[in-house]
Amino acid sequence: MEIIDLKINRKPVRLSVDAERMLLWVLRTDLGLTGTKYGCGQGHCGACTILVNEKAVRSCMMPVKMVAGKEVLTIEGLAQNGVLHPLQQAFVEHDALQCGFCTSGMILTAYSLLKDNPKPSDSDIIRGMDHNLCRCTSYVRVIKAVRSAAISMKSGRTA
Amino acid sequence: MMEDKPRHMESDNVTIDFPISRRDFLKVTGGGLIIFFSAGVLPAQERAPRRGGQDLPTDFNAFLKVGADGRVSCFTGKAELGQGVITSLAQMLADELDVPLDSVDMVMGDTDLCPWDMGTFGSRSTRFLGPPLREAAAEARAILLAMAAEQFGLPVSRLTVKDGVVSDKKNGGKQVTYAQLTQGKIIEKHLAAKPPLKKVSEFKVMGKSYRRTDSLQKVTGQALYAGDIRLPDMLHAKLLRPPVHGAKWKHVDTSALRNDPELLVVEQPDMIAVLHKHPDVAAKALSLVKVEFDIPESDLDNQTIHKHLLAVAPKAGEMVSEGGNLKEGERLAAQTFENTYADYYVAHAAMETHTATAAFDGDRVTVWPSTQTPFPAKESIAQALGIPARKVRIITPFVGGGFGGKSFNLQAVEAARLAKLTGRPVQVMWSRKEEFFYDTFRPASVVKIRSGLDDTGRIVFWKYDVYYAGSRGADQIYAVPHHRETAYVHYTGMAGAHPFATGPWRAPGNNTNTFARESQIDIMAAKVGEDPLAFRMKNLEDKRMLNTLKAAAAAFRWRKAKAPSGRGYGVACSMDAGACVAAMAEVNVNRASGEIEVKRLVCAQDMGIIINPDGARLQMEGGLAMGLGYALTEEVDFKGGKILNTNFDTYEIPRFSWLPKIETILVENNDVPPQGGGEPAITCVGAVIANAVFDAAGVRLFQMPMTPIRVKEALTKGKPEK
Repeated sequence: MEIIDLKINRKPVRLSVDAERMLLWVLRTDLGLTGTKYGCGQGHCGACTILVNEKAVRSCMMPVKMVAGKEVLTIEGLAQNGVLHPLQQAFVEHDALQCGFCTSGMILTAYSLLKDNPKPSDSDIIRGMDHNLCRCTSYVRVIKAVRSAAISMKSGRTA
Repeated sequence: MMEDKPRHMESDNVTIDFPISRRDFLKVTGGGLIIFFSAGVLPAQERAPRRGGQDLPTDFNAFLKVGADGRVSCFTGKAELGQGVITSLAQMLADELDVPLDSVDMVMGDTDLCPWDMGTFGSRSTRFLGPPLREAAAEARAILLAMAAEQFGLPVSRLTVKDGVVSDKKNGGKQVTYAQLTQGKIIEKHLAAKPPLKKVSEFKVMGKSYRRTDSLQKVTGQALYAGDIRLPDMLHAKLLRPPVHGAKWKHVDTSALRNDPELLVVEQPDMIAVLHKHPDVAAKALSLVKVEFDIPESDLDNQTIHKHLLAVAPKAGEMVSEGGNLKEGERLAAQTFENTYADYYVAHAAMETHTATAAFDGDRVTVWPSTQTPFPAKESIAQALGIPARKVRIITPFVGGGFGGKSFNLQAVEAARLAKLTGRPVQVMWSRKEEFFYDTFRPASVVKIRSGLDDTGRIVFWKYDVYYAGSRGADQIYAVPHHRETAYVHYTGMAGAHPFATGPWRAPGNNTNTFARESQIDIMAAKVGEDPLAFRMKNLEDKRMLNTLKAAAAAFRWRKAKAPSGRGYGVACSMDAGACVAAMAEVNVNRASGEIEVKRLVCAQDMGIIINPDGARLQMEGGLAMGLGYALTEEVDFKGGKILNTNFDTYEIPRFSWLPKIETILVENNDVPPQGGGEPAITCVGAVIANAVFDAAGVRLFQMPMTPIRVKEALTKGKPEK
């Protein structure tokens, strides 16, 4: 057992854990943050995507020790004070989901993408999102949602 | 330190231990107007099957409740898998009842509270549940109007309703709300006669696009799936799995786990499980179990499977449809065509793996499974535990994709058994590898078609034999005077056929059947040098299908040409779940690599009256893009009972970068009641691509998926068409 200090959803957290465990399971079971999903366990599908220091990371492949001292953001922490992030708002407005199981990972991957590239072309979006899988195949709507979130974020509508 | 706060999955005021009786139902759901229905009201397709001479209970069936708080609860045994019935069913209810859509609360897949339901599959929710649900709402509206009339001392004809408020047509100030009418009362009504339903022209909520009502929960991570249930003292279980289907363990040694007080080990003759409060710790511990297996020998693999399947197939099949006389048809034919088509095993690969959480309270167990079939799950669990079904309650949370794969509830039985054995709440969440192992795959299958044209290019006979895919989509849609369609073995398979389990997969059977039929149609059109669209129109009489094809052609801007034209255009049509589908595609074939690039997909669909147009489009888009997988890449690799694909690295499903330009057309048809919407569009994808490949490259693919290797093989051989 090790003591790991980090921030999760802007709050300081001290974990006493086996630091080799993957962050996904620590989030889901130790901390009850179940919005981060298990889809494949090998980093292929992106359902477990979270943000570490604002970069999209696959939490199923990320040992807890790697996030010591860092800022982790999960889907539960994206909306602030009851106000949805423009990406969440855009996913709602465009019906960019069906079963919703991949949605947390889609939104957080898009967050990281827009951080790096605030004015993405459609092919930038496709390239940036291509390793997130959606079996209901809502891809058409996700592209629209990310495109429109980029526009509303640029015009200053941020959460 | 952040606290581990256990969350309880309890809908509003409903507690876990809830004995099933009408009195308690009323106690739990509160007062108001409750519409029950008798079994006879349900269409035959949705009625409980008779088991052992006894009907399943149908006396306790509430469809909806108009509460004293003005909220309307809709009780349905259907599950929300992503297909959007949480929204479309609510639309139907809201419209007939004249209440705002956002005043409707959906209570779904709870076996204690909802009417019996066979399951969520077959694009049936809107088609078969829709009519009685609308009738219940219309009935409730009539009752509320009568109550208001009595209160006002006015005839019902003087009253009008808007947004749950009844008012006097001549004195708008005279108003009473549904909530006021039901306040402090418990009114139970049985739906017997069929009340009149609104005409399409009277629709206010139906026929309009509404955004999904579950989006907010899903974009914030608040939507609960089976694996998100957290109960006090809950354990996560990992089960010992054989490496190969049919393997049995000889020796199991769990001694390495004995010294860890946090681990629980369950050893049963047929089940070995390691349990811990963290699933990853349980999984790691399970890997320390030493085990030896007896592994059965089998030389079946992707190369030999079709030969094997045909060899063991029964001689007699199920007649799907028949007309005229095949011998006479053969006599009339100027030329005949005989081809064999084949498909491989395909996985469901929903993003959520099979998961279930189970907890006992006294002698009653509550299970939260990812399932398409809550009521059958209840039966399976009762049977496995040897307890009466009334001691089992299923609460269906959001389901992370089904596609037919979540119909058998094996994981729910595992969780319930382990909860009983350990006396603690237990969650079972399959790993992706387990998911690929225990999936009930879409079966590998074979279709043999012999058909003939007369000297005017009309189809005069059609002999169709489909093996292992099932009958859906096998029936004749063209105007063929002499035909017989026969299906051998259901998609669930039979003993000695498949090396592992098979089952329904989105529009079960129809992807296979449409691929074969529409390829054969194209082959005949090409042989007589006719444009494939014109050839279809000439041989079709069904007006809905003709209209749908025309709508697709207009959107695609189809121009006549005989195939192969080099343009890479394809067309295909199908009937599925009562809907007519016509698809057109444009592809590019890379002759060097064998890769098919799908550039455009246009799909027109006539599904009768449409409840939620945008929701319907979303289902079509999803079906078309998902279909690219079974058409181009998806094939389960196996060696005997060993599944070689264990994750998404070797089993490729469609990605963002595969997306063609997709265009969907809703063909308006208000003369036909609402038909299926979740499945139909996917049925044409394989066929339309195969036909476009032929148009592009002049070679015909007889097997799906149309992988680069198969395309190159076809290009090299240039297999002549008979």
